[in-house]
Parts: sequence; C-alpha cells; structure tokens
Amino acid sequence: MKERLSQQAIAMRAAKEFQDGDYVNLGAGIPLLCATYAPIGKDVFFQAEQGMLGYSRLLQVEEWEEADLDYVDAMGRCVLPSSPGLSFFDMDTSFDMIRGRHLDCTVLGGLEVSEKGDLANWTRGNLEWGAVGGGMDLAVGARRVIIAMTHTTKDGKPKVVKECRLPLTAKECVDLIVTDLAVLEVTERGLLLKEVAPGWTFEEVQSLTEARLIPDPVLQEIQL
Amino acid sequence: MVFHWGMGRGTPQNLIRATYNKGVSDLIVISHNFISAHLGGRVFSLDEVCTPLMLAGRAKKVITAWATDYAHGKNKTLENGVAGGRIELELTSHGNLIERVRAGGSGLGGFYSPVGVGTFLEEGKEKRVIDGKEYLLEKPLRADFAFVRAYKADTRGNLVYRGSVRGSNPIIAMAADVTIAEVDEIVEVGELDPETIVTPAIFVDRIVKIAEDGFGSTSYMQCLFRTTMRTLLEGEEE
Repeated sequence: MKERLSQQAIAMRAAKEFQDGDYVNLGAGIPLLCATYAPIGKDVFFQAEQGMLGYSRLLQVEEWEEADLDYVDAMGRCVLPSSPGLSFFDMDTSFDMIRGRHLDCTVLGGLEVSEKGDLANWTRGNLEWGAVGGGMDLAVGARRVIIAMTHTTKDGKPKVVKECRLPLTAKECVDLIVTDLAVLEVTERGLLLKEVAPGWTFEEVQSLTEARLIPDPVLQEIQL
Repeated sequence: MVFHWGMGRGTPQNLIRATYNKGVSDLIVISHNFISAHLGGRVFSLDEVCTPLMLAGRAKKVITAWATDYAHGKNKTLENGVAGGRIELELTSHGNLIERVRAGGSGLGGFYSPVGVGTFLEEGKEKRVIDGKEYLLEKPLRADFAFVRAYKADTRGNLVYRGSVRGSNPIIAMAADVTIAEVDEIVEVGELDPETIVTPAIFVDRIVKIAEDGFGSTSYMQCLFRTTMRTLLEGEEE
C-alpha cells in the first residue's frame, strides 16, 4: 500500500489556498485543522457561525491561562482573545455574511462529492448523523467552497462519484476537492486532476474514483 | 425557544433546568442543537452544564439544525425519542432556522432562501425563481416562551452580552410572547452605556438573576473551565 496524506497534511494543503486578507469559515473535522496551518506571511481571518469574525488562530493547550471562555470558535474551542480587529455580532448577522456571499472561502468536510460539484456531507442516511448545522448555508453562500476529506470511505469505496447517492447538502457548489490522494478542481468539462499525493499516478487515483478524471497537462505532486 | 453553543456560556442553564424540574411535558422545543456541552474533548453531564438536550425528554417536537449528540457526548434521548416515534423532528439549516426566528420576531410572513434548493428541505415548500435563481419559501417561527442568556440587564430589561456567545440570543428575544432573560447581574436603569445595549428592553418581559457564584453563573463556569483545563493538561503530561 502506498502512503496517503495524513489529516494534518490534507488540512495544510487546503490551507495553502487561502489568500492574504481572506475571510474564511471552517467546518467540523479535517477543515478545522486548517486554523492551525494558515500560510505564513498571509493574514487570514476566521469566522465562527455563532457570531465572531477576525480571529487569527486557536489557543494552544499550554496557553490556556490566557483563555477566555466567552471567546470560543464554532466547536467551542478557545481562540486567541487578543486577536486585533476581532468583532462580535448576533447569529443572524453571521448567516447574513454567509448567505450574502461576503465570505471569501469555506472549507467543509465531505461524504460524497459529484463530478458536477454536488456535495453530500450531513448524513449517511440515518438520524444518527442528522446534523445539518451551518453546512448547507456555507455551501450555498461562500464564494469559494473547498472540500477537505479522505478520497475513499473506510472500506475503500470512492467518495468522488458521478452522482451523489446520499442526501445532498447543496447542488453544484464545490470548487476544489483536497483529499489524501489528490487535488481536484471542479470545471465545466468535469473534474480536473491537478495534483497527486507523492508517489501516486493518475491511473491509480482514477481507479479509486468513480467519476471520470481529466489529467491536468501539468500534473504535479502535492507540495505542503 | 433557547440557544446553546460550545461549553454553554450563552445558554440560560437555570431556566432550562427549572423548566425540566417543573415537570411540564409535550413541549415544542426550538434550538440550534441538542448536544452536550463540551470543552477540549471533555463532555459535561447535564448536571454540570445544562443544555437544551435536557428538554428533549419533555418534548413532543423539536425544531433544530443538529439533532444528534454524536460529535461530543453520547446522549441518545432525542435520537431514541425520534426513532421510537415519541418526538417529531423538524430538521433545517442553522441559517434558515435563525432567519425564520427573525421573521417571526419582526412581523414578516417569511422569506425566500437559496439554502436547501435541491435537498430534502424542498419537501412541501414553495419554490420560486427570482432573477433567474431558485429559492424556497421559509415560514416564520415564534414561541410562547423565549429563554435568553445575557451578561447584564438593567431593571427595565435592556441587555448586554459578552464575547462570541451572544449567538442567537438577541434574535430569540424578539420572537416569543414571553421573553425571560437569565443574567449574572442586574443594574439600575442608566448604568448601562446605551451604545453597548444589544437587546433593547422592549423585547424583554422578565429577568432572572443567577445566584452569586451559583449554577450557570460566569464564576461557576470559569471555575469549571479551570478545573477541566487542569485535568486535561495533567492527562496529557502523563
């Protein structure tokens, strides 16, 4: 078995997409790790759905004495309370920002992504995973939607598919997919394979993908 | 109608607990989520931090964006209730939910939202194309009672909040027949800086002051936070 990228490495690659000055919201799971890997030299400002904008990073565990439990992210984790330019507002204003296309980028998790960019990420079909949260709002509202996920399920089934079988989060919303094997761009012609994990080939990635992939003429290895 | 987030700093814990203890049943509970409070991987019991999940056992229906406790705790009250047909579940998105509450609180008949087009949210809803884009009609939501958690109130009912846990409290406050605010401190009218008031008194009917250092107060939560962080850190060092 060839080596795949770790969850941290997926998050690092996804975080490389952030531009200087971007306002970004991160979903649960691998995406949240991106808060730790914002590119050096770029200012990235994170939003938390419950009503906070502009924190630059999460507090490290050893900094807990500085923590203020009224300064938490969407998963209830403490952020740097002294982030300059931080603002608070109510949750409705927060979703106005999201739906109103003010956010530059969101990184969300995925259970299935189709070749047209349809996203399914809130349920495996039963109530146990009945957690819509703010994912639908983010998928529809953010200017750029990046999915950070594993390329296949735990039992090896492709998650990049022709048509999603799971209940959808939103239609035709995804711009870029970053997995432990590849970086894929959703284009009008289909899925463009731009980068592969070190040591992997186009054919190997294609064999673990249900949707047909188009090789980028300058196919590269993922750099972190 | 009640808000909860993260460790539960923006959650009116005493009002939730009192409602539960009162023994009322067949409630319709509206909340963003029905989860256990949590911090750094540590999940709190409902006795330590009370969340809307406590009311799931008293509900006949819940309206929410997050109907499962799987990410943090393992409390199955709501899931089992829904699976067993005892609780009706209306699932929606966070954004649509809070905007429906705002519509309910501001006398509007609803709004057209792009969120949910092409998903299960379409079921039974009017779809309309506006300027070439598809939207779904979302109807307003109101409640008999709204419970809000604020930092301070003045005796008239003006409210100020603190930090990122303001959440949906100011919106919920507008959308009920009776709005009750749970606060750390009540001050005289005139003592709050008008520039800092987020919820004007017109939306607030009753104020409950948490006992000094009592359950759910800022000092209670800070103490719980410090104890939890110390335990987590010691666990890491071992």
